[in-house]
Amino acid sequence: MVILLAMMVGLMYAAGIYLVLRRSLVKLIIGLILLGNAANLLIFLIGGITRGEPPVIGEGEFTLGEIYADPLPQALILTAIVIGFGLQAFAMVLLEQEYREAGVTDLDSLKDEDTDDQ
Amino acid sequence: MLTAVLVGFVAALGFAFAGNHMRKSVSYWIPFLPASLFVYFALMVPPVLADGAILFQYNWAESMGVSMNFRLDILSLLFALLITGIGTLVFLYSTAYMRDHKQLDRFYGYLSLFMASMLGLVLAENLITLFVFWEMTSISSFFLIGFNYRDKKAGRAALTALCITGGGGLLLLVALLMMGQIAGTYSFTEILQSGDLLRDSLMYPVILLLLFAGVFTKSAQFPFHFWLPEAMRAPTPVSTYLHSATMVKAGIYLLARFHPVLEGPGLWQNTLLIVGGITMLFGAIHALLRTDMKAILAYTTISALGIMVFLTGLGTPAALAALGLFILVHALYKSSMFLLTGVLDKTTGTRNLTQLRGLGKYMPLVFAAGMLAALSNAGLLPALGYHSKHLFYEASLGHITHSTLLTGLALVTNILLLAAGLLIGLRPFTGQPSHQPGERVSSLLWLPTLLPGLLAVAAGLAPVFMEKTLTSPFTNELTTTAFEGHLHLWGGFDQLLMLSVMTLAAGLIVYWKFSTPKESRVDLVKREKLSPGGLMYKAALKLRNFFKTLIHILQNGYLRYYTSVIIGFLVLLMGLRIQYSLEFNYDLERILDVQAIEAVTMLVMVISVVVSVVSKSRLLAVASLGAVGLCICLIFLYFSAPDLAMTQFTIDTLTVVLFVLLLNGLPAYLLKADQGIHWRDLILAGGFGTLIFVFTLEVLNQPTDSGINAFYAENAYLLAKGKNVVNVILVDFRGVDTLIEIVVLAVAGLGVFSLIKLKVTDAPE
Repeated sequence: MVILLAMMVGLMYAAGIYLVLRRSLVKLIIGLILLGNAANLLIFLIGGITRGEPPVIGEGEFTLGEIYADPLPQALILTAIVIGFGLQAFAMVLLEQEYREAGVTDLDSLKDEDTDDQ
Repeated sequence: MLTAVLVGFVAALGFAFAGNHMRKSVSYWIPFLPASLFVYFALMVPPVLADGAILFQYNWAESMGVSMNFRLDILSLLFALLITGIGTLVFLYSTAYMRDHKQLDRFYGYLSLFMASMLGLVLAENLITLFVFWEMTSISSFFLIGFNYRDKKAGRAALTALCITGGGGLLLLVALLMMGQIAGTYSFTEILQSGDLLRDSLMYPVILLLLFAGVFTKSAQFPFHFWLPEAMRAPTPVSTYLHSATMVKAGIYLLARFHPVLEGPGLWQNTLLIVGGITMLFGAIHALLRTDMKAILAYTTISALGIMVFLTGLGTPAALAALGLFILVHALYKSSMFLLTGVLDKTTGTRNLTQLRGLGKYMPLVFAAGMLAALSNAGLLPALGYHSKHLFYEASLGHITHSTLLTGLALVTNILLLAAGLLIGLRPFTGQPSHQPGERVSSLLWLPTLLPGLLAVAAGLAPVFMEKTLTSPFTNELTTTAFEGHLHLWGGFDQLLMLSVMTLAAGLIVYWKFSTPKESRVDLVKREKLSPGGLMYKAALKLRNFFKTLIHILQNGYLRYYTSVIIGFLVLLMGLRIQYSLEFNYDLERILDVQAIEAVTMLVMVISVVVSVVSKSRLLAVASLGAVGLCICLIFLYFSAPDLAMTQFTIDTLTVVLFVLLLNGLPAYLLKADQGIHWRDLILAGGFGTLIFVFTLEVLNQPTDSGINAFYAENAYLLAKGKNVVNVILVDFRGVDTLIEIVVLAVAGLGVFSLIKLKVTDAPE
């Protein structure tokens, strides 16, 4: 499974990068979301994966058993998922505004905005 | 000692921000700063003469071998006295000269900054410290040349000076670093012991050339001289101080400093003789072709600096004695001449020699100052210049192979300089008066002008004293061979006397020939297209255009371009690096262990990712994006992360909902088919994906157990009374992090909210 997941992460990164390099606003957002998901999966994977042993202390016990999934990467990823959502939501609204207020449809047309006013 | 150097910086800060408080009444007190420093250094003369060199040690950045040590020997003492002495005169003079200027605060700020940096430069015992102060003098010079910043030409002159001296400074830094590497220390006192090590090093010629680059740019040697005449746009006190008496001599100081360790026949001597020789002759000829008094002074200064380089190149005890004496002599008479020019400029409103005549009647004391300066410059008794000129001839006659050539060169230069000196010190004061100055010249103006001349005469009449305090200790500091000759008022009828008489006679003839400046000569000067300055300016323009083009290519404003460059280099560099550490030593049983349900999930995921990339429908793409998220959710579930699965599920749903809601407000896909870029991006993305894949497998090979997870496993319940370890970490062990995360989310939420509310009323067309 590790090898499949590793390939999956690679594929998601490739897809994300490819989409970020496009000129459409929507593709940029999709690319960002894919990259975020890929990063989460990557951390999950290299933190070591274990089947069926969630890091929850059993009834009547005081510590985790011998085999358990590493809780630390999970805590990290949980944070990352939420923060990633904040970023994606902001990006979506920002680009929507760009289109609605400034009529931007092509990312390349943002090129000269800085210099026009001077 | 540290106080002596730093007080100038503190004062500079104080002055620069004093603003309107910096008025005339205050400025009268400022000259006490350099004056007290002068007294301090003057009191150091007897101990230095007795002990040779005194070290003052202060730590700075010890781990890098950089210290704030200061070394006071006869060489640095001579310069320190010049800096503070001439500084006192210039500060005093400025109180009257700059009285009505609106930006006195900045003027004194910059001037103090310069004085402190220059003191630091000549006193620094550490090569790195020396370099820092060296650059600071360049920077303060930049500010002072461009002081009248509304004058575009002043701005350009300031920039030229900064580029030339700053550029040379960088090359000097390389030289200093190389010397430090070879000698294994940046302390000058220790480097003094490693002269042979340096001279035998393979890098010796490189060090010399880099050092010369720094010296020749700073000390305005041909062909880098052109910034100096331009720098005359600075206020006259500044020209006096920086561009004649002190800063431009920093290069000479450096040559003298490193003379004991670097001098040698061949590259050192020949370069200095040739460059110095060309410069002294070139400057002297050009001086006579000008009519602006400051331009004449600029070129005579270049010529004088050439003489100093030339003398260093000769390197004999007589030449070094002449060098020490000439540094002092030149500072005295040249500052006098500059200050005199300032007085004439202030009272008549012009510095043009063709318009200034007969002013001696109105300002006898200034005339006297001019005559004394011209006398010292001409090398006539009783002025101190007499001795330095004698030593100069003695040194050039003493050259083993080319004494005739070098003496001839020295003779011509001295003749021309003598005539130029008379143009400044004599001509404006004789003949029919051209102007009638209304008011008397303030004592604050004439006193600093006259004082150096009087000092030069006093010193000239005390040859034994000068020999004891300056020439012999100076020579001993720079070389091991003692100086045999002596200074005396009358040396009998010999070659030296004959040369002096020739100089005087020919100089008077030249002066008489050139005493009526002709416009035709000025025109000649204007054809400067082929001059070093003109050529370098053109080269600089070419360079600027080149970089402009380069920047337009590299910084073209397309975000996608930047991203692809970054990704491309990342793939390239990481790919190149990682291939050396790949082990391919995988635990096959572990990585190939796949269950059926997992495989199905993976398949769905691959299809979803591909669809979200290639789909022409935005809705379909967003939907498959949601599918990708759900598959990740399943993976979390399979591999013991129920909390992650829940979070992922929630967030994924929210993302898709938000996306679909906004989709209406977002533009449709662009249908741009550029196959080339398409393929390029595919290759980039594919490369990056592969890299991540390889990288992941490699990382999994490394042991991951850090012991941290064991801590949480054991203590989650015992310390924090929670059974879900992930939750305990988030809300208890790392609770503050979670709080900050919530703040970040809140900020993002605020951003989203305000963006939705945003209405651009004045949308650009």
